[in-house]
Amino acid sequence: MVKQTKRFIPAGVTKLDEQVARVDTNANTVHLASGEELMYDQLVIATGTSPRPSETPGLEGPEYGRTVHDFYTLEGATNLRDALANFTGGKLVVNLIELPIKCPVAPLEFTFLAESFFAERGMRDQVEITYVTPLEGAFTKPVASKELGDMLDSRKIALEADFYLERVDADEKKLVSYDEREVDYDLLVTVPLNFGADFVAESGLGDELNHVNVDHYTFLANGTDNVFAVGDAANLPTSKAGSVAHFAIDVFTENFLDHIEGRPMTHAFDGHANCYIESGHGKAMLIDFNYTTQPLKGKFPVPGVGPFSLLEETEMNHFGKMMFKWIYWNILLPGKDLPLPAAMSMAGKIEVDA
Amino acid sequence: MAVTTIAGADIHVDDDGFMTEYDEWSEDLAGELARAIGIELTDAHWKVITFLREDYKEQGETATLRRVTTAGGIPTKELFQLFPKKPARKMAYVSGLPKPVGCV
Repeated sequence: MVKQTKRFIPAGVTKLDEQVARVDTNANTVHLASGEELMYDQLVIATGTSPRPSETPGLEGPEYGRTVHDFYTLEGATNLRDALANFTGGKLVVNLIELPIKCPVAPLEFTFLAESFFAERGMRDQVEITYVTPLEGAFTKPVASKELGDMLDSRKIALEADFYLERVDADEKKLVSYDEREVDYDLLVTVPLNFGADFVAESGLGDELNHVNVDHYTFLANGTDNVFAVGDAANLPTSKAGSVAHFAIDVFTENFLDHIEGRPMTHAFDGHANCYIESGHGKAMLIDFNYTTQPLKGKFPVPGVGPFSLLEETEMNHFGKMMFKWIYWNILLPGKDLPLPAAMSMAGKIEVDA
Repeated sequence: MAVTTIAGADIHVDDDGFMTEYDEWSEDLAGELARAIGIELTDAHWKVITFLREDYKEQGETATLRRVTTAGGIPTKELFQLFPKKPARKMAYVSGLPKPVGCV
């Protein structure tokens, strides 16, 4: 899982490991925390988004890493691994605090995998699992939300919806919402609030969560003509997911080459996302959607054939996810072409009224 | 997309009843929409509605709860008291704005 970044930096690119203090978009200058200044003709911000547990009262404290966990850092994930191995039963609560987060399917995926893990250990009946979310249902878009909600039901996982967390009471082991509902836990797995980099706010480029305000189709930062934000750093109304960054970069590259030559940008990103959701028991599902089309059922990538099934749990989807590990490190990260178009396709999908 | 009549005005709404045309909204309409979901508007409600309407005009999208709290200065706790259970949706509904986009 852990690899050196060095091998992914192409020749001719200088990599500086420095903190950015702020960007002066009027003077086309990046101010580093070290005091050094970098001038630019074009600036591409790709500083992502990060979990910030300190933003939620009561979340960080002596119980963090003991009965309260997150899995978005190596330390968090290994602590959680040990906590699950030592869990003898009780209330497991998975809480998504607020969207957007990076990899929005991850909390559901964790929930399914935890259910499968306890079933395999023969202790499923000793664990009460509850999924607590600020959304109205298991997921945001109606068709996927229903399918995923049914999957929670069939696994006897309780859903606590419309739960907007105000604070965690780590001593009493409970979550408290703004409308004063409470959920007790023995083991809490939380997805903390996600924030973009602080320099984004310092530079006047961000929204309330420090994600860069950009044009949703070209990623040009609002109020500038030579600053772009790509990937999770941008406030696009779609998933903060690797697949989105991948498809977006295909479109961005074409536009950027035009832009630096002074030509108009003629390509528009459609918000395409494509995510596997591991559902445990050796199966996974796959979702494919964009800004305007919600995840639908069907076959992918070859219409009518697959081999992958959209919004349906299959062993083939799980196999696809396993294969994807290799594709990720060897094709996607080095920037090689993946034979999948950036724009979402309706071919092979079943349209529904929802 | 459908047209419905509320308080004598024809308005365009989506499948969930959220208004889709910014300019079709009026203060009288807000009172009717609020009553339809069991809310009697007070000055505190109007502060929220006014912020949402103005923010939408500038930003082109319906403000999130977080934005109403940080940019509008109204505590989240208060939003849950004013628009119980589903404040983000209810605020948008009464303010005649599109249903907030659930980020995915």
